[in-house]
Amino acid sequence: MTDIAVVSVTTAGPRRGWRSLGTWLGAAVVGITLFAAIFGPWLAPHDPFTQDLTRRLLPPFWMDGTDPAHPFGTDQLGRDYLSRLIYGARISMLIGIAVTITSGVIGIVLGVIGGFAGGKVDDAVLFAITCRLSIPVVLVALAVVGLLGSSLTLLVLTLGLLLWDRFAVVARSTTMQVRNLDFVAAAWCAGCSRGYILAREVLPNIASHLAVVATLEIALAILLEAALSFLGLGVPPPLPSWGLMIAEAKEYMFFSPWVIMIPGVALFVLVFGINLLGDGLRDLLGTGERS
Amino acid sequence: MLRFLIRRLIVALLVAATVLTLAFALTRLSGDLAISIAGPNATQQDVELVRKAYGLDRPLIVQFGSWVGRAAVGDFGESYFFKQRVASLIGERMPITVTLGLVGLAIALAISLPLGVLAAAQEGRLADRIVQGITLIGQAMPSFWLGLILMILFGIRLGWLPVSGTGSWQHFVMPGIVLAFTAVPALTRLTRSGMIQALSSDYIRTARAKGLSRLSILLKHALRNAAIPVVAIAAVQLGFMLGGSIVIESVFALHGVGFLAWESIGKNDFPVVQAVVLVLAVIYVGLTLAADLVNAVLDPRLRGQ
Repeated sequence: MTDIAVVSVTTAGPRRGWRSLGTWLGAAVVGITLFAAIFGPWLAPHDPFTQDLTRRLLPPFWMDGTDPAHPFGTDQLGRDYLSRLIYGARISMLIGIAVTITSGVIGIVLGVIGGFAGGKVDDAVLFAITCRLSIPVVLVALAVVGLLGSSLTLLVLTLGLLLWDRFAVVARSTTMQVRNLDFVAAAWCAGCSRGYILAREVLPNIASHLAVVATLEIALAILLEAALSFLGLGVPPPLPSWGLMIAEAKEYMFFSPWVIMIPGVALFVLVFGINLLGDGLRDLLGTGERS
Repeated sequence: MLRFLIRRLIVALLVAATVLTLAFALTRLSGDLAISIAGPNATQQDVELVRKAYGLDRPLIVQFGSWVGRAAVGDFGESYFFKQRVASLIGERMPITVTLGLVGLAIALAISLPLGVLAAAQEGRLADRIVQGITLIGQAMPSFWLGLILMILFGIRLGWLPVSGTGSWQHFVMPGIVLAFTAVPALTRLTRSGMIQALSSDYIRTARAKGLSRLSILLKHALRNAAIPVVAIAAVQLGFMLGGSIVIESVFALHGVGFLAWESIGKNDFPVVQAVVLVLAVIYVGLTLAADLVNAVLDPRLRGQ
């Protein structure tokens, strides 16, 4: 799943037309999803929680026997699929961003401290990263949610506490590079305090690398949330998470495959878009090449 | 070399000890274990009985000491639900998870190595872009969803493969493919960047100057050097895959360790959950240690670090 090496691998090659096309595509996907997430209540044609057992499993618009009031059909409880999809975008984006903020704070603080201080402190940070990597993320997240009961807050905290490793790895290695540069030495000579140097000299210079990690982490968190919800230990029902929608529709997938295709494609396209945007960001900020 | 080995071994042991502590703390998160075990309909008396029977009335530190002492010799207690020794339960299920992991890794390497070599050889050209597109698609694909799609396609529509269960080798084909998909992006990127680095080195220029064929340079000279880190990372990937197989095992009802853990979480079977977390973590630590050692043997420059 996650891998330390991935971040340092160059995807580069010169920036060409198709790459920036990919970036724009990614930006469009993320933009549309964010828009749907923010304005969901105004966009959704129906209430995503209202059940109507007389109108169960209506097919989407490209099939026969559809109802124009439900362009994406209805689920096994007669809830409007489009509305649930739109509200699902809220859950995905919310969890992706909240988890990344949580894990980002933990990982960046640890990484910058380790990379800046070096020596014993750095050994301790490296040890923490090693321990974190040896913990099976999905299993532990499932166990925590299983023990404490599922809720959005718990899910965000759990994933946030588990996914800081890549932030820490990148923050640590980039801080180490920046620490030895001339302008930092100049700041020391000018008598700046350690806190000032960290905040004003180091952080701004590693920020672009961290931004790229953040996009990767948002995508990862969204995928993990979907997987956990799919296994029944993520977002609590009846909240419309895309993973949960796939789990609830699983029984019907052999006869009406669209019930898992619609939320699955949404999930895939969103994560794909975020990754495209991340790659574009990497090219744009020139963080691909690192020696 | 010996100093390096001892140092790595000590770190690995410390990591294992930390995970041991975390696995214990994990199951104590919910507060009173006895209430969870006794179930929702239990009376106060039942709860007290459970507390005594499972030794939960002892001080936390004593409980921790006894868990560490017994876990160190492979005794994880008895499962509340399966009424069986946890160690033998995990022993029964482990072959399935390990088989799945190895099948997945083999498929992943069979896809990643050629793709990575191709992309590096064609750097910046069409083939490279297509490979990079494939890795992006692989990264974005939710594994459980891919599993369901394969089930519909190969299990129901075409009827080629069994949809779920553990009976025969055919049962491992679809889960293996899905698990491989989770490792392909990282392995392909690593192969590609390793190859690009190798191709730009002096010994490749020498080989070119000698007039060797392009294919021979690519496979004999560059790949051999690029493969070292990939093989090492493959071991680490196997660790990730074993930990991540819980999702895939649940999708395909493959009764491995991951499925066991998922069942146990649903049934509040804490001894099993903490044991599986610990075992998977220790396997991961062992695999990374092995990868480090292989790397150090193959590349003496790393030993100093």
